[in-house]
Amino acid sequence: MKAIISVVGKDTVGILAAVSAKCADYNVNINDVNQTIIDEYFTMYMIVNIDSITIPFTSFIDEIQNVGKEKNLKIQCMHEDIFNSMHKI
Amino acid sequence: MINNKDEIVETIRMIEEENLDVRTITMGISLIDCIDTDINKSCEKVYNKIYKYAKDLVKVGETISKKYGIPIVNKRVSVTPISMLVGVSGGDPVLYAKTLDRVAKDIGVNFIGGYSALVQKGFAPGDMELINSIPRALNETEFVCSSVNIGSTRAGINLDAVKIMGEKVREAAELSKDRECIAASKMVVFCNAVEDNPFMAGAFHGVGEADCVINVGVSGPGVVRAALAKTPKDASIADVADIIKKTAFKVTRMGQLVGVEASKMLGVEFGIVDLSLAPTPAVGDSVAHILEEMGLEQCGGVGTTACLAILNDAVKKGGVMASSRVGGLSGAFIPVSEDAGMIDATESGALCIEKLEAMTAVCSVGLDMIVIPGDTPAEVISALIADEAAIGMINSKTTAVRVIPAIGRKEGDRLNFGGLLGYGPIMPIRKLSPKTFIDRGGQIPAPLNSLKN
Repeated sequence: MKAIISVVGKDTVGILAAVSAKCADYNVNINDVNQTIIDEYFTMYMIVNIDSITIPFTSFIDEIQNVGKEKNLKIQCMHEDIFNSMHKI
Repeated sequence: MINNKDEIVETIRMIEEENLDVRTITMGISLIDCIDTDINKSCEKVYNKIYKYAKDLVKVGETISKKYGIPIVNKRVSVTPISMLVGVSGGDPVLYAKTLDRVAKDIGVNFIGGYSALVQKGFAPGDMELINSIPRALNETEFVCSSVNIGSTRAGINLDAVKIMGEKVREAAELSKDRECIAASKMVVFCNAVEDNPFMAGAFHGVGEADCVINVGVSGPGVVRAALAKTPKDASIADVADIIKKTAFKVTRMGQLVGVEASKMLGVEFGIVDLSLAPTPAVGDSVAHILEEMGLEQCGGVGTTACLAILNDAVKKGGVMASSRVGGLSGAFIPVSEDAGMIDATESGALCIEKLEAMTAVCSVGLDMIVIPGDTPAEVISALIADEAAIGMINSKTTAVRVIPAIGRKEGDRLNFGGLLGYGPIMPIRKLSPKTFIDRGGQIPAPLNSLKN
């Protein structure tokens, strides 16, 4: 199973490192990263695999959102099913 | 296979900027096995059964909301019409209302529906007692919602019940006049009520339903409006309908996902997804603004009924394919006080009650959350109910009346209910007397179902 982590906020050093470190902490594998910077605003979508995650997925969401709070970024982590169900027939 | 970036961005934008949410997860619970000839025992069984089945409802709703990043605004419970319990147990029906209120508070849901009676063809034991107690029950409780079905296409309209309900609406408003007449906002009078509606105030758990089911009501007027805003102004109306269908499909798929997941987590059968566009007073979450985006200067002008008909039909067409089980009221709601665009249209004088009545012939339900003058006589409210029920009866659709007489307020005032119920300016209503008609009583005969003109 996969999840999507989305990050939006003012660009600072170490955003990608902080998010990927948190993923590594809980054995969440990063499959794909898509990032852009528009007018100093950092936007990233990360597709991660959560098959071997070591804590409950909802706890991981809390952890990853805490990274956002520390760095003043808006971070969301959503299970892939919502994207698949909305966009695939 | 995981989605492409555009689809990810679209989903997140719908939730973050366009107010996409699941409006409600409603657990329907049958109380048939709680009926006892002793009302105190009956109330105890009601409390225990609802508590047992729904104690995890709020927690499950919050977990799903977190997992998918989609807000689930309300968690609610609907129950078997309480008049059936009153018919066996006797006693003061308000005891049931207080029991429902207590259990709703203890499990943390924000409304519990089913303080209801179905009297479209006459009054069975318990019906009259319950109906007479509605104003008091709603005034003395916080979470209880009430509905009464007074007509249907097959049965006709019970004009005696219509007369009584006009009086009860006034009574409810008068009892709660110091609290914005709020009791009247929690009662709805139906024609052709559906048994699996997850939306309040009209939700009840029909007797044809299973012991316990999960019904989901989706929302998303903001998403539809945003999709239409990107459409060129010269796009044909068929293109507009197609965009609404596609958007409704996506919104409904999300509701289906949430419903299936909730039923799995709670160990309860999945009931239906209600494909509704339910507005809120929040900016950008308005059905009226969709109609304006379709090309109207303001909601309420000529063309409003046509645009609403297109919207309502397209929402159903898009939604039906997206869900394995569709039901409830399914369509576009037009509650005045809960919709920023409707409020504006009322204040500017563009929208009047007669236009709303026409709109209810093509929308999902009826005259909803309309503040009427406090001196409106009961028989005028009854006749309004009769008009609305007639539209439902003849057109084989659900119609309803939820009006709030603004007791003690002056013209130009407004009632402010707060939260999702919003606020509404007083809408003028004609007071030419229908008293002789309403006083006749009896049954309006069921209509012919052929010679359709």
